[in-house]
Amino acid sequence: MTTLPPPPAKKLGLVIDLDTCVGCHACVIACKSWNTQNYGAPLGDLDPYGAAPQGAFLNRVHSYEVQPEQGAAQLVHFPKSCLHCDDAPCVTVCPTGASYKRAEDGIVLVNEDACIGCGLCAWACPYGAREMDPVAKVMKKCTLCVDRIYNENLPEIDREPACVRTCPSGARHFGDLADPASDVSQLVAARGGFDLMPEMGTRPVNKYLPPRPRDTMPAYDVLGPLLTPVADTPKGFLGWLDRALARLPGADG
Amino acid sequence: MHPAPSVIVFSTLSGAGFGLLVWLGLGLPAVTGWAAFGLFALAYVLAVGGLIAATLHLGHPERAWRAFSQWRTSWLSREGVAAVACLIVMAAYGAGLVFWGTRLAALGWLGAGLALFTVLTTAMIYAQLKAVPRWHHWSTPALLLLLSLGGGAVLSGQNLPAALLLLAAAGVQLYWWQDGDLRFARAGTTLASATGLGPIGSVRAFEPPHTGPNYLLTEMAFQIGRRHAGNLRSMALTFGYGVPILLMLAPQSPWLTAIAALAHLSGILVSRWLFFAQAEHVVALYYGKH
Repeated sequence: MTTLPPPPAKKLGLVIDLDTCVGCHACVIACKSWNTQNYGAPLGDLDPYGAAPQGAFLNRVHSYEVQPEQGAAQLVHFPKSCLHCDDAPCVTVCPTGASYKRAEDGIVLVNEDACIGCGLCAWACPYGAREMDPVAKVMKKCTLCVDRIYNENLPEIDREPACVRTCPSGARHFGDLADPASDVSQLVAARGGFDLMPEMGTRPVNKYLPPRPRDTMPAYDVLGPLLTPVADTPKGFLGWLDRALARLPGADG
Repeated sequence: MHPAPSVIVFSTLSGAGFGLLVWLGLGLPAVTGWAAFGLFALAYVLAVGGLIAATLHLGHPERAWRAFSQWRTSWLSREGVAAVACLIVMAAYGAGLVFWGTRLAALGWLGAGLALFTVLTTAMIYAQLKAVPRWHHWSTPALLLLLSLGGGAVLSGQNLPAALLLLAAAGVQLYWWQDGDLRFARAGTTLASATGLGPIGSVRAFEPPHTGPNYLLTEMAFQIGRRHAGNLRSMALTFGYGVPILLMLAPQSPWLTAIAALAHLSGILVSRWLFFAQAEHVVALYYGKH
């Protein structure tokens, strides 16, 4: 059903730390790998080993340069995937009911057997979170690894999205954002987590944490006073050499 | 947005076809027998041909029947339901006119209403999309409804209404273009709000996530041909509106009607191409485009 459910008691989602993301794209590869080998149609590619490869991905990492008013520019790596919005415009536009938002945990999914591949949901999403599979001709999107997080065949440590599990810098966090006591909610509160494109009214579940302000060098000089030059004017042979060189025409004076 | 030929042809032809059905449903012109057959056949070729063209756009046309199910929330589903309901009602109404020479007026009004509602649903598919600010405006359904009624009036030989409706449509079209050029800025979505990095400083796309093309770029960041937009707008205005309005003001003749209809449809095809090609999706911001 494409009618959005009432606000779910549980809102599973990601918190992405733009301060610690190093832009390694490991989450992109882990996502592509898991979602090609497991739930649903494999994530298709066209010409994967040829001159112009392209394919469907559920997670992509952009990089942005941010130039503050003062000081040096900052490079911010920016992973982007489905934000599992509370007010998901992609769900309500679907003509077949293939797109839906789960009432129990708020995950937005596509039933690929009912998808006609019209692409309207991808148009409705302001974030570019949905991509048409070029081979299966159905809409693909982040499932929040719904086939991992509840999967009792996996060791407990692996029951989180593949992107979170693989992130080497701890920049991705998974949890229940409806529970104010959860780790992710506390992280969002402590770090000032924000929504992408709040003006679009989609009320995303996923949050982003801003880069921390850069450190500044201390204004005082600890070692300087201990390292004053022993002799300002050289004496002896070096003194004579210094005076002799200073008398030559090319000297600085 | 990518100007998919199937969708451009669909919306132009079916718009005119459903517009013609509105006039036929109202009994204008009051035709029976073979004359009615000809007009109904034309309307069905345009409307159904457009619908078939639209299904070519689908990844899985064999599942298209599922699209009748989500009319509670989806304008695309409503379009499917309304189009089929209209075509069934108008088939019964048309059969009365063609085979029995009887006009079932109530059925005609119902069919006309359904035809107009079908055009509205088509327009709302675009107007509902907040992520495409140029489309997300009341003037989008206003333009498509006026065009459908005007085009239908041309095809049904209702000369004076056709001239007046196309004149009104031309006004809305000009407003839609002028105001549409400002809507992206007015929506307030920028790379700063898209990334949330605005409070730190000015944001610039440094490196894209992938070196090749992808679905998002080909579908939603279409940029070819925008530099010809001025010329194409003039062409659309001349052929889609100017020529048919003048011909509709001349004394009625089947030849002039045919020329007016061809000019109108070709002009509207150009206008519809621009409708897509000039529409900017906010996702292009993430790629540093726009």
